[in-house]
Amino acid sequence: MNNTDKRQLKILAAKARLGAIIGTFNAKSGHPGGSLSAADIMTYLYFKEMNVDPQNPSMDTRDRFVLSKGHCCPSLYAVLAQKGFFDWSELESLRHVGAMLQGHPDMKGTPGIDMSTGSLGQGVSAACGMALAAKCDNKDYRVYAVLGDGECEEGQVWEAAMFASHNKLDNLVIIVDQNGLQIDGPVAEVCGIEPLDKKFESFGFNVIKINGHCFDDIEAAFENAKTVKGKPTAILAKTVKGKGVSFMENQVDWHGKGPNKDEYEKAKAELEAQIAGLEAEC
Amino acid sequence: MADVVTKATRESFGMALCELAKENDKIVVLDADLAGATKTSIFQKEFPERFFDCGIAEGNMMCIAAGLATCGKIPVAASFAMFATGRAYEQIRNSVGYPKLNVKIAGSHAGISTGEDGATHQCLEDVALMRTIPGMTVLCPADHYEMMAAAKAAIEHEGPVYIRLGRLAIDSFNDPDTYEFELGKGITLHEGDEITVIATGLVVNEARKAVEELEKEGKNVRLINIHTIKPIDRDIIIKAAKETGRIITVEEHNVIGGLGDAVCDVVTSECPVPVRKVGVYDRYGYSGPAWELLEKFGLTASGIKKVIEEELAK
Repeated sequence: MNNTDKRQLKILAAKARLGAIIGTFNAKSGHPGGSLSAADIMTYLYFKEMNVDPQNPSMDTRDRFVLSKGHCCPSLYAVLAQKGFFDWSELESLRHVGAMLQGHPDMKGTPGIDMSTGSLGQGVSAACGMALAAKCDNKDYRVYAVLGDGECEEGQVWEAAMFASHNKLDNLVIIVDQNGLQIDGPVAEVCGIEPLDKKFESFGFNVIKINGHCFDDIEAAFENAKTVKGKPTAILAKTVKGKGVSFMENQVDWHGKGPNKDEYEKAKAELEAQIAGLEAEC
Repeated sequence: MADVVTKATRESFGMALCELAKENDKIVVLDADLAGATKTSIFQKEFPERFFDCGIAEGNMMCIAAGLATCGKIPVAASFAMFATGRAYEQIRNSVGYPKLNVKIAGSHAGISTGEDGATHQCLEDVALMRTIPGMTVLCPADHYEMMAAAKAAIEHEGPVYIRLGRLAIDSFNDPDTYEFELGKGITLHEGDEITVIATGLVVNEARKAVEELEKEGKNVRLINIHTIKPIDRDIIIKAAKETGRIITVEEHNVIGGLGDAVCDVVTSECPVPVRKVGVYDRYGYSGPAWELLEKFGLTASGIKKVIEEELAK
């Protein structure tokens, strides 16, 4: 990937983070930590990887995306707004009564959302269903699902993994956002999931480990996934919870609360400075 | 009147899926290692490329069905009623019901007529669970012909549907030449003005026998077959309440949350009359041959007749 493209993606990802902060501040609730950790991956998916058309969100041949860790929708919403699925101003009414943007993704109400999620473990199964539908119809669209690492404690993730590999769903890529933290503390302390790579390998997956904030890594992983036939791919993306906002990084407290006015101003200033810095390089 | 067909509704459903799939290539069928028992194996044999065994993982199966539905398929996800609606309740609620996806859920081995397998497999809560999901249509057909028609209506209906299937082979009583199925419409099987019996599923034919016996004794009992428990036919219930003044509901289900409660919901708000619920009184079943269990629980013709007589005496 050339530096211009990379810089462009970094700007889009920083804006996605800013959108997540705007949303959770206005909602006085929500999940900024995981929204920030997954922002680079979702930015890459929507701006480099996936075939989607904001003018025709239900296009038959589109690639599908499922945010299985549905609570991290604030940054997904910001990515979708930047892509043109809906207006950026919608972020300000996230989680408000009557608003389009629900606390967890609602496929019936929000353009660009391919599956309603929020209950952990279920999105990855739905993604398997989508990938299976493509196989049934001999269509070449691909299906992407982002999971949390804490989410991998759900048994259903492994039911889905068995199904995906049994049915040779090589059009399915799941990405585990391994930020290492869940509500009750570090994943390793709550109910450890390692060795995650060996688990997915033994379930029949092509496993790729990357730095989930490095666009070269992200690009290489998705390109590799396309070359693998007969098995699904799991990208294990090491990330930082709260990435991009200094006081949120690696802090379990920022899993599920909105920033107050001071925190919002501080986070906004940091992200705006990042965006300005990147734009100055252009 | 055509010959009586003795068939379990699970088998009728499997046959219906085959018929429907010939005309509709969107239909795909999922099962969770019970295809031989739910009878989706009939479909599997004819359309192996459209059948997917998800293994013993019902929650996963429901969400796979949801994903298939988002891509335009009409998935039918089958298991025993206990596991389809009990174990996978939350998956159905959040991944099928909430996004209003076009998934058909088939719950076989419903009720105590599951028999020898006993309490863990005799699902008495499926109707209650599925009724709580907004937008869910809940069907409980009573014989072979009704099941064939209900399966067709379920596939043609856009949106989530739960369809209750039984294990036990039962005699048909509907006449296929005149039978008409309309989603959400009850069917008056027997006119009468002294009292109304409202039944669903396997016990409809038992209630019919009871009502015909009573007719010979000079009693005019109305009998209504409710194949669609949700949305329920309010009009036919209100009319019965007004015209007969007393209702008995009969179902092979816990009296909490099933047909009886659905009827009471209508009656209490529109035309309060006494309603006596015949069903399983908030308890588990146990092992035994199906007909013996039905007899024990008062769900055969003789048990139903006795209750009607008691109510008529009031």
